[in-house]
Amino acid sequence: MSPISRGFRGRRTEVDTVRLPPGQHLVHDFPVLSAGPTPHTPLDQWTFLISGAVDRPVSWTWKELLALPAETPTVDIHCVTKWSKLGTTWKGVSVDTLLAAVDSEAQYMSAWCDGGYTMNLPLEDVTGGRAWIAYEFGGEPLHPEHGGQARLLVPHLYFWKSAKWVRGLELLDHDKPGFWETYGYHNYGDPWKEQRYQGD
Amino acid sequence: MERAALPGRLTDSRAAVAWRLARVVGLIDETGHARTIVLDVRDWPGHVAGQHLDIRLTAEDGYQAERSYSIASSPEDPTVALTVERIDDGEVSPYLTQELRVGDEVELRGPFGGYFNWRALDGGPLLLIAGGSGLVPLMAMLRHRAASSSTIDSRLLLSARSREDILYRDELAKLSSGEGVAVHYTFTRRPPSGWQGFARRIDAEMLASVGPAPGRMPRIFVCGPTALVELVAELLVQLGHAPLAIRTERFGPTG
Repeated sequence: MSPISRGFRGRRTEVDTVRLPPGQHLVHDFPVLSAGPTPHTPLDQWTFLISGAVDRPVSWTWKELLALPAETPTVDIHCVTKWSKLGTTWKGVSVDTLLAAVDSEAQYMSAWCDGGYTMNLPLEDVTGGRAWIAYEFGGEPLHPEHGGQARLLVPHLYFWKSAKWVRGLELLDHDKPGFWETYGYHNYGDPWKEQRYQGD
Repeated sequence: MERAALPGRLTDSRAAVAWRLARVVGLIDETGHARTIVLDVRDWPGHVAGQHLDIRLTAEDGYQAERSYSIASSPEDPTVALTVERIDDGEVSPYLTQELRVGDEVELRGPFGGYFNWRALDGGPLLLIAGGSGLVPLMAMLRHRAASSSTIDSRLLLSARSREDILYRDELAKLSSGEGVAVHYTFTRRPPSGWQGFARRIDAEMLASVGPAPGRMPRIFVCGPTALVELVAELLVQLGHAPLAIRTERFGPTG
């Protein structure tokens, strides 16, 4: 059992604790975290590619992506560094819509990004209406420091799984730990189970 | 991205995730708004300069709050030191910087973070750029460098509002008199009177003057508020440094 921290009262948020996973606290701004410089890929060179264990790879240009049916999810996001932000509004294309263009038996995927970052998940975590390629935040084009041109949005997991500057999904028949997953963070990252680090 | 070398570099994850008790053995006021907390941690598994740990506080009614803090001490130090900047309307930092007393116990776990790390064995040159309390994890690197008697060419550029806002000021002065270390300051609000050095926000000219040149392929660590980190990383890329050589961390206010 945790010892009492003498004199610590804490500040309960007015928030419905049902929406705040363990160890998280609420922020109203939108903190930025990344491992290196923010990449800037010109829009005319930007493509999104689905490759790997597929019948044939498919790619979309920026214009083609914007022409796909979009959704506008409102979701709570939870960063492994312990901040949560509730009711964030996004616009993007459901990953289901993109995956409909390929034929695959894959069970896993690795998202890859400008800047060399990768992120892994079971395919079921980015399908079934649970993940988007998002390009607007709060009604505005997604700012580069928050992952623009486009980032993956997987709100049911810690936010590093919502990889910034995403450029493609490689479908795989096996799990392949990504960047933070290799550098000591949890392989799956469920905030409700507080899966922050390897071993949690 | 250096994958092959990684698993061996990580602290044993089972040891790191366990919450353990740490006793406060020292408190040092670094500036008017930042305090160093020196901890004796039972069975500390050891850390690498640049890593962080998590602290958990528990109120009488069982309410808990967790925060992450960068480790300021070198891995060679028998105690673990954190430097916490007080955010006045924060929940945890006012407690840690004002309430906590020597002899108190806190729960912590760690160390964590396998990327924003430097060991003397990794080599150099080393270029460290910090804004305000973003200096903390970089100080662990400089302390580790000193503790391991390394003479690797190391340069620190610290952006601070004024001289009074510099963490570890006396220690930095001592370090900079050693071989191979250059400490540069830039003051963005109130430079000391008669100051001849930089007195502006970090820009390309300043970075070029601090060096080392991109051709020497320095290992670069940038830590500070988001606006500073974004700008500095961008300028470094424009100067010709390899994006993958630039490792960034945010030290935004953690309430």
